[in-house]
Amino acid sequence: MSILVDKDTRVVVQGITGSEGTFHAGQMLEYGTRVVAGVTPGKGGTTHLGVPVFNTVADAVDETGADTSCIFVPPAFAADAIMEAADAGIKLVVCITEGIPTRDMVEVNLYMTDRPTRYIGPNCPGAISPGKAKVGIMPAFIHKPGSIGVISRSGTLTYEAVGQLTALGFGQSTCIGIGGDPIVGSSFIDLLEMFQNDPDTEAVVMIGEIGGNAEENAARYISESVTKPVVAFIAGRTAPPGRRMGHAGAIISGGKGTADDKINALKEAGVLVAESPAEIGSTVQRALGKTG
Amino acid sequence: MKIHEYQGKEILRKYGVAVPEGRAAFTPEEAEEAARGLGGGRFVVKAQIHAGGRGKGGGVKLADSPQEVRQLAERMLGMTLVTHQTGPEGREVRRLLIEQGINIARELYAGIVLDRESAADVIMVSTEGGVEIEKVAAETPELIFKVRVDPAVGLRPFQLRQMAYALKLEGSQIKSAVKFINALYRAYKETDASLAEINPLVVTGEGEVIALDAKINFDDNAMFRHKEFAEYRDFDEEEPAEIEASRYNLNYIKLDGNVGCMVNGAGLAMSTMDIIKLTGGEPANFLDVGGAASAESVKAGFRIIVSDPNVKAVLINIFGGIVRCDRVAQGVIDALGDLDVKVPVVVRLAGTNSEEAARMLRESPLEFIVADDFSDGAKKVVEVVV
Repeated sequence: MSILVDKDTRVVVQGITGSEGTFHAGQMLEYGTRVVAGVTPGKGGTTHLGVPVFNTVADAVDETGADTSCIFVPPAFAADAIMEAADAGIKLVVCITEGIPTRDMVEVNLYMTDRPTRYIGPNCPGAISPGKAKVGIMPAFIHKPGSIGVISRSGTLTYEAVGQLTALGFGQSTCIGIGGDPIVGSSFIDLLEMFQNDPDTEAVVMIGEIGGNAEENAARYISESVTKPVVAFIAGRTAPPGRRMGHAGAIISGGKGTADDKINALKEAGVLVAESPAEIGSTVQRALGKTG
Repeated sequence: MKIHEYQGKEILRKYGVAVPEGRAAFTPEEAEEAARGLGGGRFVVKAQIHAGGRGKGGGVKLADSPQEVRQLAERMLGMTLVTHQTGPEGREVRRLLIEQGINIARELYAGIVLDRESAADVIMVSTEGGVEIEKVAAETPELIFKVRVDPAVGLRPFQLRQMAYALKLEGSQIKSAVKFINALYRAYKETDASLAEINPLVVTGEGEVIALDAKINFDDNAMFRHKEFAEYRDFDEEEPAEIEASRYNLNYIKLDGNVGCMVNGAGLAMSTMDIIKLTGGEPANFLDVGGAASAESVKAGFRIIVSDPNVKAVLINIFGGIVRCDRVAQGVIDALGDLDVKVPVVVRLAGTNSEEAARMLRESPLEFIVADDFSDGAKKVVEVVV
């Protein structure tokens, strides 16, 4: 098994006719993901990459039974796209778009309260269940099917971690980037809970970074509710305070959100924290007491 | 994006937030003229830099006449102001704000930020104004009163009253504070601010509630819908290399070390800094060339890194996903060919087409140190600087 996405996932790509949407929808199809529809307002009735294009997500759901959306629309329209997907009854929304205003995400968050739709991102690489489906932009070839779950606030650092796991023989059940923005749809806790309940996930790797307190909250949750081994790495020990380190959410403000605070909280919760970003794979090896 | 105090007050005034009468000045003559225009017999001359703690550093002075304003302006303009937020090198003062003197009865605090966890705005007020709020939060958190704004219904009148009473205001001051905080929140929300901080928020001898200082930062992601704020950007307040980087959509932050690094992706860039430090080196910068690094952006990034005279070696760490390593390698080869780089360059390329990339680097006539993996890259680059 795996979480969030698998062989049965039916994907609609919002913004499929744009350059990003075209490229990544193509890559997803090539991986074997069931991309069943695209949405671009004004281009309904056409076909793109052999996939039918609709004017609205509601039409796409009605016609194709899409249950998962992957969003590539520009930042100014992305919040609306998330809400449109939820309104159409999509179960899982993965928003790749980077640069959405925080105020728009406050509205999205409010809109999603009490709605059954789960959303991931924005500003994230998406989710992949190796060998089954990829809904996002990560390089598929570095992954390998297996039993390690990966949750991360980063993109390329996740690839680095996955690369290390695969090289050591540890395959992955599902890898999810939750995004680097201050407000994200799914937290470490949401996904830790899913991995805890997934019989095919043996251990979880979580990759955090400076800013906010998502890692501290996750640490509390792990000590109370996660029995599977968790390995963590926190990026940004050397980041100066008050500066936004690329990700909108990666900023130490008012002395809060430092890497050391997060590392200490995780260690107290019994998490094995990799000291170096080059030791994420070997720390998993240590946690499981075996090679992959 | 950060703006100056006088710009922040300009915006607040438009939203009906009470601020002192004031004018910006770039020369001593303008300063004197501003004081004459304001009238009255008491003035404040305030240095405008993007950093707090100006008063303690000598950046805020009182004057009793327009002539004295001019004399103070002559001394302040061009001086290097050092505060706890500027670092030891300080900032050159190029702009001043001339304001009417205010008769201060009490100094309070008001600030608005987004609470990430509850995805809602939080307004904080405190009776402890004029000091660092972080200090108040650490030592006497009970003196900070917080209100969460429900995104569905907005800021409610009862919450405004609660804050006014928490500030221990009385009589007509209550109404004045309610109006002030309401207008401040509207300004924060409608300008897509990420921070609005009034410290101190002052009660005047006349019982008026007014913003003596104003710090407003904007959400960079929302600037596409506030084109009018582009003119507020002060390039003198930014590192030249950071301005240059922003032209190429590169994310560059200068640091104090001597190991330059160029990485794709923010998380990997941060952890590259971390591993350099762990290996015994000091990173000279944060540079994220983006998830989709191209030959052009790699070249621009390289030029920016080596423009820092402290840089003694460069580590390039690219995990190619969608971006192909051979293209990055070509960018690096082009950049080094054009730029006359005198420091050793360590290259670690992993992911898509990394073997082809490594071959290109080895076969190029330029000298590279090729690293096998992440830790090997850090080790090799630190070895060449020590």
